[in-house]
Amino acid sequence: MKKLLQLLEDDCTLTHAQLASMSGLTEAEVAAAIRKYEEDRIILGYKAIVDWDRTDRESVTALIEVNVTPQRGEGFDRVAQRIYQYDEVESVYLMSGSFDLTVIISGRSLKEVALFVGEKLAPLEDVTGTATHFILKKYKEKHLIFQKQEVQEERFVFE
Amino acid sequence: MMNYDQILCRRIQDVPPSGIRKYFDLLEGMDDGISLGIGEPDFPTPWHIRDAGIYSLEKGFTKYTPNAGLSDLRRAISRYMKRRFDLEYAPIGQILVTVGGSEGLDLAFRCLLEAGDEVIIPTPSFVCYGPLASMCHGVPVLVETKAENEFKLTADELRAAITPRTKALVLPFPNNPTGGIMGREDLEAIAEVLRGTGIMVISDEIYAELTYGQHHVSMANLPDMYERTIVINGFSKAYSMTGWRMGYVCGPKEIIGPMTKLHQYGIMSAPTTSQYAAIEAMDNGDRDIENMREEYDGRRRFLVDGFRKLGLSCFEPRGAFYTFPCVKSTGLSSEEFCERLIVEEKVAVIPGTAFGPGGEGYVRACYAASMRDLGEALARMGRFVETLRKERS
Repeated sequence: MKKLLQLLEDDCTLTHAQLASMSGLTEAEVAAAIRKYEEDRIILGYKAIVDWDRTDRESVTALIEVNVTPQRGEGFDRVAQRIYQYDEVESVYLMSGSFDLTVIISGRSLKEVALFVGEKLAPLEDVTGTATHFILKKYKEKHLIFQKQEVQEERFVFE
Repeated sequence: MMNYDQILCRRIQDVPPSGIRKYFDLLEGMDDGISLGIGEPDFPTPWHIRDAGIYSLEKGFTKYTPNAGLSDLRRAISRYMKRRFDLEYAPIGQILVTVGGSEGLDLAFRCLLEAGDEVIIPTPSFVCYGPLASMCHGVPVLVETKAENEFKLTADELRAAITPRTKALVLPFPNNPTGGIMGREDLEAIAEVLRGTGIMVISDEIYAELTYGQHHVSMANLPDMYERTIVINGFSKAYSMTGWRMGYVCGPKEIIGPMTKLHQYGIMSAPTTSQYAAIEAMDNGDRDIENMREEYDGRRRFLVDGFRKLGLSCFEPRGAFYTFPCVKSTGLSSEEFCERLIVEEKVAVIPGTAFGPGGEGYVRACYAASMRDLGEALARMGRFVETLRKERS
């Protein structure tokens, strides 16, 4: 049987009644568990995954490799925090390998993103270098594939 | 002028058309119809399995395979049967790769039946057993299973159906359409009736991987039963591979040999691309089965709960991917219920009567559908049941 968190991660639009049947809990237990998860910040939020390319809104996303100098006693956390506070920043991850942080930024245009990197990110005193990669096309995110529903082939309907 | 009625053999003319088709024809052309009628997984075949099929084509593996199937595939099936069901079958001589589980059933009937031989078929069950047996001049003997017995076949029911002409028993568990399963003890009671007789068991275990809460046990696992059991299985349901047409049969070599001979004349060999994909499924697909079973389990609980909340009693299905709610309380027959449900609410479910005696008063609703469709279907059925209640009061 799937656990509540798994069910929600797959589809957070399920109602409490649906979640209750599927997980073998009562509706009250589901509601209480979700409240607890939210309070404990185990569930951070609920968002739709949107394919902006199929709307008329312009949107550009970039993945930026950032090298930083870690701080004594605080490691990378302080500089990461200074970066993630910006609204333009979608995600920040600490990485193993040849650079330290992956920063994902979205904006309305290439220029807007480039300016943010040049004026806000790169000048931070602990940042020692950046490399910006623009995302040209999204194929898949969170197990969801960015494409129109394929036309269903004819199905056999006998058994 | 040809008189085709005289040209076609009596047997094929007597085979009834499937009772399922017309409900889909009704749904056709409705733009917001929801079908819980189809008996097919709604997942695409896992990519690594599809990829193995594509890779085999790239390598140019486009010829016939050995009649019984690729030896790598038979070895993989042998390992799988041991790993999942604790059954030992030799890759050479005891395993035949078929075009879906259906071919395996057809071969079994054709190799076993003399004219007038009786085949005991528990119902409600998959629609093909009776017609396939009849085409081999066999006589289907239908035995109704009951909701109060969780749609299991009981020893008494079996004993009452056996005659000197009984040649085989079809054991369709986990069951389509009821979702009933038979555990070791249930099988043991059946085995006790069969010991000392010459009756063969054709065990259709196509849904063996889809059980909820308890692991599937094969009749072949029981003492003295291995030698009299033909296990029919396949990849369609377990790995969501219906369109690949991949099945297999395991049994005593004295039975599999003649079945292979017939398969060789009628089919040559199962599709080569599908066989390569099937090897990947067997070797690296356990996790896929796990994922799908978990997914189905959530939907199963949701749908059963939903029917009960609508006031329809619903036996808890423990296998396959069907629910079999009882609609007797609505005052309609199964067929009336299904026809009106399609016309009034555009939801397709299948009347239990399509699956043989014992199905009246029930409908089959398949939960291999998205949660959105299941939720919407339940809402519409709720409205429908409410309408029926008002009509009656």
